[in-house]
Amino acid sequence: KFDFANIEEWTTQVQEVPIGNTSADGGSRGKRIMLGGEKALPFFPDAPMPYRNQVTIDVFDMRLGLAKAVKENYDDVMDNPGEWAKKNVEKFNADMITIHLISTDPLIKDTSPKDAAKTVEEVLQAVDVPIAIGGSGNPQKDPLVLAKAAEVSEGERCLLASASLNLDYAAIAEAALKYDHDVLSWTQLDMNAQKELNRKLMKQCNVPRDRIIMDPTTAALGYGLDYAYTNMERIRLAALMGDDELTFPMSSGTTNAWGARESWMVSSPLKEDSDWGPREYRGPIWEIITGLSLAIAGNDLFMMMHPTSVAVLKHMTQTLF
Amino acid sequence: MKINSPLEAYKYLPQTNCGECGEATCMAFASKLIDRSGKTTDCPPLVKEKKFAKKLAELDRLLAPEIREITIGVGDRAVKIGGDDVLYRHKLTFFNKTKMFFDVTDTMDEAALVERTKKVADFRKFYVGRNLLLDGVAIRSVSNDPAKFAAAVKKVAEVGIPMIFCSFNPAVLKAGLEVAKDKNPLLYAANKDNWKEVGELALEYNVPVVVSAINDLDALKTLAKTFAEAGIKDIVLDPGTSPSGQGLKESFTNFLKIRRAGIMGDTEIAYPILALPITAWMAGISDPVSAAYWETAMAAIFTIRYGDIMILHSMEPYATLPEVHLAETIYTDPRTPVAVDSKMYKVGEPDENSPVLFTTNFALTYYTVESDLSSNGITCWLLAVDTDGIGVEAAAAGGQLTADKVKDAFEKSGFDLKKDVTHNTVIIPGLAARLQGDLEDKLDARVMVGPMDSGRLPGWFEKNWPPKQ
Ligand code: B12
Ligand code: SF4
Repeated sequence: KFDFANIEEWTTQVQEVPIGNTSADGGSRGKRIMLGGEKALPFFPDAPMPYRNQVTIDVFDMRLGLAKAVKENYDDVMDNPGEWAKKNVEKFNADMITIHLISTDPLIKDTSPKDAAKTVEEVLQAVDVPIAIGGSGNPQKDPLVLAKAAEVSEGERCLLASASLNLDYAAIAEAALKYDHDVLSWTQLDMNAQKELNRKLMKQCNVPRDRIIMDPTTAALGYGLDYAYTNMERIRLAALMGDDELTFPMSSGTTNAWGARESWMVSSPLKEDSDWGPREYRGPIWEIITGLSLAIAGNDLFMMMHPTSVAVLKHMTQTLF
Repeated sequence: MKINSPLEAYKYLPQTNCGECGEATCMAFASKLIDRSGKTTDCPPLVKEKKFAKKLAELDRLLAPEIREITIGVGDRAVKIGGDDVLYRHKLTFFNKTKMFFDVTDTMDEAALVERTKKVADFRKFYVGRNLLLDGVAIRSVSNDPAKFAAAVKKVAEVGIPMIFCSFNPAVLKAGLEVAKDKNPLLYAANKDNWKEVGELALEYNVPVVVSAINDLDALKTLAKTFAEAGIKDIVLDPGTSPSGQGLKESFTNFLKIRRAGIMGDTEIAYPILALPITAWMAGISDPVSAAYWETAMAAIFTIRYGDIMILHSMEPYATLPEVHLAETIYTDPRTPVAVDSKMYKVGEPDENSPVLFTTNFALTYYTVESDLSSNGITCWLLAVDTDGIGVEAAAAGGQLTADKVKDAFEKSGFDLKKDVTHNTVIIPGLAARLQGDLEDKLDARVMVGPMDSGRLPGWFEKNWPPKQ
């Protein structure tokens, strides 16, 4: 007879974190998304997962260079973030959308926080799903941009992306608390740095536990996914075993997969390689496998781009759910 | 493994510190046994001297991996599966990465059969200094005709890669074994109806065998136990792989349960597991690209969660490339980054006028840079600085890439910037720009900062090389 025992050390539940406020919560979103709540590794028989994985599809506040296979899907809406957001939701089944305010980068267009905030308003009007708001990655400017964006979206419970150790995370935390948002706590493949930042957000900035989501960094398949995978799996296992600095849902910048040469190069740079075949099929599956691996490691929310990748990742994670 | 500290292993060693194993002490050797970087056969006294025979046997039993290790095929393409000791890779590392077998049938015409087999055998994807390969073919008996099956096996065997024989008909399997007696194929499969006959074949021909019980772990364990008691050692488990819906969830759960039980010490079910992503083609997906995507996604979840060997169908590169990369990802040893030797490499045939560059010895970094240079026809000297296998940016941040390290690497490589080239110039990675001043002093050479991404080196050279005096 086959015997199977649950893992006794899994004593702690991952924090549940909502994104998006409906009218009942004082916002205008049509639905609210729930992340977290797990008591076991994903899809394990020890305990059911309370919430399924969620996908947020990217929108940018300006036209930018994207892999050809991605761009074909968005070419008609790339000059209009509102339309872009709508397409993501209506056509590509996004649970959420992420608006990246990349034009605010001083080296790109240096859009002012105020003008950038207008784009956020436009997107909030165009769709009623919860949204994440991303800066340009410029550590000096992001806190200003996110603070302004937080202000115009007051009460919607957006996800502010991101607080990190190399920028003024306190300013971002403050904006989240003042205007009713969540914070994405982002570190780079370092569990101890992740603990440190979470601790600072909780203790120093008083961010309540149900407003923190972690992004421990996604490296693409073939380009460090081994580090990203194991980092997430270790974080989730530590959480289940009671490390309350790590008991938060996780988010993955799955689109990093498009940086892998295999996902966009026309053919292999090496003549000894077997034929790489058409790249338009390679890109989406690179995004799928990168994301799916992290789903198994414990990731909850996926920031993605290619519609086919979104569909397959959702299908597989919901099958295992 | 039944023990986990060097001290426990040390008890069984000769304790003479003779040094024949290459370690200074028996204790050091014991550590290698525990982290599985050494084998008992590396200690000559233990193996040769009769008085240690009992200790050796006991030590081997204690050190045996929890999950049985099995070999399929023969020669240099033979593959090993199983052999794991942990449930999560960071706890040690996973051993013997998931093996990919692709299906052929005994009703294919000969030319197509051989062509597909060769395609599997010849597949290669270069990755950090090695080639990722596909592993073998699974010959499915669609005809159910022993003679036809034997003919197909004969053709496939000539190509020389490992084989799985797929039929529930013992007569078919036997016909295949007769023409491939010395090829050590894996038999698929023994089930509740044919286990007697198939078990006898496995014993008679001394080949590994799959036991199959779909969604019935009690039955699976009973079959495995029965075989083990009959003296069959090389057993592979097939709990069934459903391609969709609740069925797929159940299959996935079964893999988790089997491996957990095995690692936790239930030896009766501690065998490698077979996954069948090929069933994606029976899920009623009409578009072939979508079916191949689904198969690849199935392969991914079973590569991560405990599938040791799998049978697949699609050989499209968009399926096989992510499959081989993911197996490499999950099975690469997390304890040591893959590194290249720290030395001066030649890209093309450089001479005294060729540029000199350095990068780090992290294999991913080195090979990315090397391929950017060589595929663009740039001839140069490329020094791999020893950064403990860390990439440029992380090493610069973490202190493994410093001006001293670079100087050291030049000295060790024997390359003299004053004599071996005429320009006394080094091009450094853009992400290591902060080393420039320090390096100029330490090397007494001109230091030029290259682009951040080595992919932009060709354009950079057009503008900046040769350096203006
Ligand atoms: C993977 C990774 C790790 C892995 C490293 C694995 C390994 N074996 O290298 C691990 C988890 C161990 C790690 C640890 C740390 N990391 Co880290 N890590 C990364 C990450 C995510 C990717 C780096 C990578 O592998 N890139 C791919 C390789 C191929 O790139 P590369 O080596 O730089 O090579 C490229 C270029 O440099 C250039 N190039 C290379 N050689 C040459 C030569 C010439 C002549 C030229 C012209 C160009 C060139 O072309 C190559 C291809 O593009 C980056 C963030 C990111 N997304 O970039 C952070 C990052 C590099 N890490 C960082 C830091 C701070 C660290 C830590 C100190 C702490 C931490 N936060 O984790 C430790 C230090 C570890 C140590 N040194 O001991 C910082 C560095 C910040 C800075 N610039 O100072 C980064 C940028 C993250 C961040 N923004 O905070 N890290
Ligand atoms: S060879 Fe054996 S006896 Fe000699 S030092 Fe090594 S472990 Fe000890």
